[in-house]
Amino acid sequence: MASTATADAPVAAAPSGPAPAPVKQREGYLANASAHIFLAVWGLLVTIPLLWAVIQSFKTDDEIIHDPLGLPEQWLFGAFGRAWTKGNIGEFFLNTMIVLLGSVTLTMLFGAMAAYVLARYPFRGNRAIYWTFVAGLTLPIYLGILPLFLLVQDMSKWLGLEEVIGLNTHLGLILVYVAYSMPFTVFFLHAFFRTLPTTIAEAASVDGAGHVRLFFQVMMPMAKPGLISIGIFNVIGQWNQFLLPTVLMKDSDKKMLTQGLLELATNARYETDFARLFAGMTIAMLPILAVYLGFHRQVQSGLTGATLK
Amino acid sequence: MRNGRAPFIAGFLFAPILLYVVYVLIPYARTAYFSVTDFNGFSPEYGFVGLGNYLELLKDEVYLRAIGHNVVVLTVYPIVTILLALFFAFMLNVGGRGDKAGIRGVRGSSVYKFIFFFPQVLSIAIVAVIWRRVFQSNDGGMINSALMALGLVEEDKPLLFLAESDSVIPAIHLGDFTLDAPVVLICLIGVAIWGGVGFYLVLFSAAMQSIPKDIYEAATLDGASRVQTFFRVTLPLLREHVSVAWIYLGIAALDFYALVIGLTPGAGGGGPNNASEVMSSWMLTSAFRSSRYDGFAFACAMGMSIALLTMLLAGAQFRLTRSRDKLEF
Repeated sequence: MASTATADAPVAAAPSGPAPAPVKQREGYLANASAHIFLAVWGLLVTIPLLWAVIQSFKTDDEIIHDPLGLPEQWLFGAFGRAWTKGNIGEFFLNTMIVLLGSVTLTMLFGAMAAYVLARYPFRGNRAIYWTFVAGLTLPIYLGILPLFLLVQDMSKWLGLEEVIGLNTHLGLILVYVAYSMPFTVFFLHAFFRTLPTTIAEAASVDGAGHVRLFFQVMMPMAKPGLISIGIFNVIGQWNQFLLPTVLMKDSDKKMLTQGLLELATNARYETDFARLFAGMTIAMLPILAVYLGFHRQVQSGLTGATLK
Repeated sequence: MRNGRAPFIAGFLFAPILLYVVYVLIPYARTAYFSVTDFNGFSPEYGFVGLGNYLELLKDEVYLRAIGHNVVVLTVYPIVTILLALFFAFMLNVGGRGDKAGIRGVRGSSVYKFIFFFPQVLSIAIVAVIWRRVFQSNDGGMINSALMALGLVEEDKPLLFLAESDSVIPAIHLGDFTLDAPVVLICLIGVAIWGGVGFYLVLFSAAMQSIPKDIYEAATLDGASRVQTFFRVTLPLLREHVSVAWIYLGIAALDFYALVIGLTPGAGGGGPNNASEVMSSWMLTSAFRSSRYDGFAFACAMGMSIALLTMLLAGAQFRLTRSRDKLEF
């Protein structure tokens, strides 16, 4: 911080009026330049490992092993195809899309329904239900993971629905994702529905709208900004989830993307196609990068805002 | 509007509550229940052992060492992350146009925030693929090959990083309890910091920008420099955010299993020789350990002990956010 050297000058000058402009200006330039240097260094520390890993997917295995830092002699795209088919990334990708389509939709629907009722309809036990949901925020997922495995297995057998909501089924995983996303979704949307004005809802009900219509046609559209924030939060969270599928999805053709990739990475000792692994990673990163590019402001404020509520 | 109110409430709450109770609350409750039995995860016949599993926890050397590792993570990770995040938030906001008082931000501050925050949205699988290769303990690793090219590391003596179980501090033994900080654990903390700084930077930076301009104008009129302004005005106003970040990082530090499983050697992670084992990863490994017939119940007891610690931290957070004197701008 080069500017500390000049720090005393303005203090002395202050009583006689505004600080002398040239000193201030120079201090400004120095502060700016040093700020950019420090920020750029951290920026490089963040991006270099990422870029390096992405570049590996365009190289031959020989280049990856013997020239890890160099750029590829020829930019090859073959590894992406091999990752998609032979590395099963395509299949994992499809599984993840199917599960997420169901789980995010249901999370938003159920989360909004519960949050709305708890936020706007006082009744006995309302607060107890709300706090039971919120209490789930403090407990990490891995705590219940061992009994959860037994429960998914036994309950589906008992109900005779092993093929529908048992282990290794998409719907089974969807329901688990939805359940574990409830605490934060309810918590977030509860706060949001409370801030919405009551006058519009009253006007709509005077016009004869029932409770259900009021919710879907008046309240949901009004809550759109909140729904978008929590929706992005859930997409990212569920896309990146790996503990739940690791325990619940053992069949190799039912695996999620993160789980499949993690297994590829941890078994990399036996792996001969390194470029394929890096290409798989790059493919897995692209959707998140796309969401982040499009919504980085909402992602940043949504994720950080949650900690202060 | 009155008619159909009760059926409506019940109808809207039914599915969410059912899913939540079945898939979240019942498993948690069963973890608590199994922790006082000798259940092995498969056999339907099991007996009660009272607090036996909990007493045995105090004799499990790996668990006691894992607690030590959690203590290391709990100390180093929050401190370094908060200091770096504050430093970069300061750098982002202290610069800007010299003629204007207040928080304006250096040119391109949103680009910096965009880059710094990005690791936060990456899944552990991607982080694992990248950092396993960056830390690779031969000339194919990114750091090793770079250091070799610079002549700082000899070709036949690469740095081991994730395969290094030597402690960077002298190990402290108290009975069965061990406190050490193996290199592999430090590497994991490094990756966590790499991913976490951006998040707290955005948090602090937003807080700084919500401080009204007149406070800064007053400080400038009194002749305070940027650095003085930061330490005397901005930092005290951020105290509440820093303490929230502290507890949030504390909970994340107790819950470190993802990095351990994803990055470290050994079945289920934790290697080499349990040098990177933390409480949560050891719990998941113990559940199906063949050397213990009742490993499942034992792991549940371990889980309860972690839950207790997490809830103490969360309780502290709750008190902190409740009792704070809100500063109204």
